[in-house]
Amino acid sequence: MDLLTELTILVLAAFVGFEVISKVPNTLHTPLMSATNAIHGIVLLGGLLLIGEAEGFLDELLLVIAIAFGTINVVGGFLVTDRMLDMFRRRPDPKQERGE
Amino acid sequence: MTPIASFLQDIDFIRSLYIAAFILFIVGLRFLNHPRTAKRGNAVAAVGMAIAVVATLLIEEVGDYGLIVLGMAIGTAVGVPAARNVKMTAMPQMVALFNGVGGGAVALISFVEYRESLQNAGDNPVLEQLIPILFAAIIGSISFWGSNIAFGKLQEVLPGRPIQLPGQQFVNAALLLVALVCAVVIAAGTESELLFLIILVSAALLGNMFVLPIGGADMPVVISLLNAFTGLSAAAAGLALDNVALIVAGMLVGASGSILTMLMADAMNRSIPNIVAGGFGGVTTVARGDADGRSVRSTDPADAAIQLSYARRVVVTPGYGMAVAQAQHTVRELADELEKRGVDVAYAIHPVAGRMPGHMNVLLAEADVPYEQLKEMEEINPELPQTDVALVIGANDTVNPQAGMPIIEVEKAGSVIILKRSMNTGFAGIDNPLFYNENTSLLFGDAKESVQKVLKEVEAL
Repeated sequence: MDLLTELTILVLAAFVGFEVISKVPNTLHTPLMSATNAIHGIVLLGGLLLIGEAEGFLDELLLVIAIAFGTINVVGGFLVTDRMLDMFRRRPDPKQERGE
Repeated sequence: MTPIASFLQDIDFIRSLYIAAFILFIVGLRFLNHPRTAKRGNAVAAVGMAIAVVATLLIEEVGDYGLIVLGMAIGTAVGVPAARNVKMTAMPQMVALFNGVGGGAVALISFVEYRESLQNAGDNPVLEQLIPILFAAIIGSISFWGSNIAFGKLQEVLPGRPIQLPGQQFVNAALLLVALVCAVVIAAGTESELLFLIILVSAALLGNMFVLPIGGADMPVVISLLNAFTGLSAAAAGLALDNVALIVAGMLVGASGSILTMLMADAMNRSIPNIVAGGFGGVTTVARGDADGRSVRSTDPADAAIQLSYARRVVVTPGYGMAVAQAQHTVRELADELEKRGVDVAYAIHPVAGRMPGHMNVLLAEADVPYEQLKEMEEINPELPQTDVALVIGANDTVNPQAGMPIIEVEKAGSVIILKRSMNTGFAGIDNPLFYNENTSLLFGDAKESVQKVLKEVEAL
């Protein structure tokens, strides 16, 4: 892809990113930050793309670390967000629990 | 090669999968704006990520699967238990750590990409690749180290108070200058790994110096800022590697992360320049957000509504303000609406709430609040630690720990929402330390109007 096409995509993605966040209640700030945090773990793909062509121990080592880092970012990020969002799960009616 | 394999490895097919991933990312983020859909939104985004990873693994040039599996296995082995076992209270520093490793990955990838461009191109690597590589290296390194410091502060490995070093501003400027000058020299055609390493190291020091002077209370905003940084650096890495998935996902995070950072700073009554400049300049404003500082968190009806309707138990603490605003009927409507959602509601009545004994009982009885829900101070105080949200409506002195009398101990509840006209002190004229607690948020405005707005938001949930 040529540079200008890439820059076009970049600019449009920026505007989508600005628009996709509307008036978010304070309670959701941290989960939302955590989810976007997981999404930038996509940098993992960079490691995947490079490692096939990597030559030499050092480059391979650095890329394995990068892939491990990216995976931690993705897997840990989505899991931790999911746990945070458990607080919004509906509970059973407490009145029924108490037998009222 | 079988036809199926060649179809799967077709770059158009892979790009189509990327498009599917983008749609899932955007829809997921949209869902994350609303409490009811947030959990689904996170799952949708995660599916998008899985698709993007699988699509990339299909690319013909991607190889060395042994090493890929090794890296991903290590990452999973570290990431899953870390996310599973972290205590709810330690979530912010966990996010900081995950953000940091993302930035670290960007920095490492940009370094390897630079080394490879030196080996492969023979002559000068092209500028349109070098600039994003250098950008990714600087920002990625800042983000990695900055996040680690943020983690250290929140985990209390490092002191949470702002750490001031002499000549900080000068040192920071110098570090940035070193990184930029080296970057320009490399971009101008000098092939030197050493210069690249100097860039990484000076950006690393800058990341440290940038976060160290910032107080613990401002850390969530800083983490959000570094999160946006990492997104930008991932997008830059995408430009360097010609990978559209990195460009789009990275930029989505860069942009949405910036907006989110602003929202967070607003919610904490802090401005980003204030936080960052405070850090960079070592100005006294830094202390404002600290535990012993005097900053209050204001909230809005939507947020209050979410806290209330997802609570198990809510204790309403009315005061003179409710009487003045004649808000008792609206308060009852709100309580009814909450009870419909399975929330247990009680009222805490302080003996001197209002302007006469029994003032609150009379008003609430007038609004047909069941008598059993009205609790005396002695009765309700032991129950407050098990209460999720204490909703204080126009009461001040009766919940003020410094009032010098027995009070309704709302600060023991999970969170406290205070409906208040302004920041004026109460009848007794004593400042209320409760307002500055971390679990306290204030909803400013007339009691009746505020309750009405919250009620409307609860109904809309």
